[in-house]
Amino acid sequence: MSSLRELYQEVILDHNRSPRNYRAMEDATRSVEGYNPFCGDHYTVYVKVEDGRIKDVSFIGAGCAISKASASVMSSMMKGKTIEEADVLYRSFHRLVKGEGAEEDAVGKLAAFAGVSEFPARVKCASLAWHTLHAALQGGGGSVTTE
Amino acid sequence: MTTGTVIQEIQAPATTMAVALCRHHFPLLRQWVNGKPLIYLDNAATSQKPQVVIDAMMRYYQEENSNIHRGVHFLSERATLAYEDVRRKAKMFVNAAHEREIIFVRGTTEGINLVAGTYGRTTVREGDEILVSAMEHHSNIVPWQMLCEERRARLRVIPMNDRGELELEEYRRLLSPRTKIVAIAHVSNALGTINPVREMVALAHERGIPVLVDGAQAVPHLAVDVRSLDADFYTFSSHKMFGPTGVGILYGKTALLEAMPPYQGGGDMIRSVTFEKTLYGEPPYKFEAGTPNIGGAIGLGAAIDYLQQVGLHAVESFEHELLRYATEMLRTVPGLRIIGTAAEKASVLSFVLEGIHPHDIGTILDHEGIAVRTGHHCAQPVMQRFGVPATARASFAFYNTKEEVDALVRALHKVKEVLA
Repeated sequence: MSSLRELYQEVILDHNRSPRNYRAMEDATRSVEGYNPFCGDHYTVYVKVEDGRIKDVSFIGAGCAISKASASVMSSMMKGKTIEEADVLYRSFHRLVKGEGAEEDAVGKLAAFAGVSEFPARVKCASLAWHTLHAALQGGGGSVTTE
Repeated sequence: MTTGTVIQEIQAPATTMAVALCRHHFPLLRQWVNGKPLIYLDNAATSQKPQVVIDAMMRYYQEENSNIHRGVHFLSERATLAYEDVRRKAKMFVNAAHEREIIFVRGTTEGINLVAGTYGRTTVREGDEILVSAMEHHSNIVPWQMLCEERRARLRVIPMNDRGELELEEYRRLLSPRTKIVAIAHVSNALGTINPVREMVALAHERGIPVLVDGAQAVPHLAVDVRSLDADFYTFSSHKMFGPTGVGILYGKTALLEAMPPYQGGGDMIRSVTFEKTLYGEPPYKFEAGTPNIGGAIGLGAAIDYLQQVGLHAVESFEHELLRYATEMLRTVPGLRIIGTAAEKASVLSFVLEGIHPHDIGTILDHEGIAVRTGHHCAQPVMQRFGVPATARASFAFYNTKEEVDALVRALHKVKEVLA
């Protein structure tokens, strides 16, 4: 039960139950679809960038508790970040869920995702929205997949 | 590997009680996962292997390994005999008329691709139609779609009702002079539905249309008789019926096989080769280019022997009761909805829990030592039909027990507790 509780932490359960920024964005600068073909998790991430800074992030879609909570936490943490800061956070998150993280990676609500590294099959769930936002910030439109 | 001697002496159990005793023939099932005894409920993905299958393959590599159909030396003759003996066993297993109607393939997927790529490519023309059902596995959709694209033909779909049963009236209407082949699953991997194949074949034959049956999910659960079904093609995988991966069988009626062009070119499928012209061999060899999976075939032969000793009719009635019990017990879990409630079902239970994604169910069940499949089960159109992104699927074999069903139900309560 212990490692299960580490995976399904309160923060994750809360964000799964009531995801933040769960809406389509009419005036998004970019939107990208993220899709995991193996499990069918599917999100669209919207981002509004002004003067090199993320003004707003939102998402819609469907998936497991881990992927939805991750998208929700990401959306609230990314608001107000510069593109560079967003990139640093993206990398921290990756190190964290892959179990390669240093302490400084587990900042704030990101810490809730440290338990994912013990469940290799779920790393892609946690990363999906982050990959998608990354693709959007890199200038891509369209869609990305986890594969 | 410590129990080989016990396993050698399989008695043919006459009752369902004796079927339950077969569990100890499967060494893998004795292990613990996450500190709990393993409960393996992912049999529709792949089945576990009895010790006799593992032993047969080991014995082949230790004592008989050699290439087949070519050497005159002792080992090659022995390997050839053993390999061809599996063809004979497979012929009996599905009650085919001739051994030449039994083609070794890598699995069901290759069996379907073989028919699409040979029979399909020589018969399907622009404007023709290929008929599949709404509950097919991707392997019985995509090869036909590729063929349709190449030939500008049209893929048409037999719809199903909310219980996951094919709508036969609609099927009748879809059969037309343009239909060149019907391709349907005997048993649905995502829903468990057993389709009325005999009736569907008869309806197609009234119009002279051949039928391919995907038997991957049927052979571990039901006694299959291709002549009684009157299927034109019937294909299945070894690994879902307690044999090894990488080998399977395609059955085809002689007249069709003889008229079909070869599948792949290479050694073993020829009568003579010159740079000017190659003469192809007869069925089944013209469809079996290259050195096959001989060790795998030997394992499949052992799996066929084993299943026949256990007795598929006994398996059927044992699983019928297990499915009835599991369905009843799962229905006691609040918020649980079973996807696929056909009147005729094999022991597959797909379900969703209200407000909880199947992947989260899968992770928490795994934590309890319970292996189920979660996701779209390579049947995305089925998920779309039922309006769910994915399901959790518990699929049972004759080595599963009612106690394991009880453990599943307890674990599902825990899922709700964790994610509440």
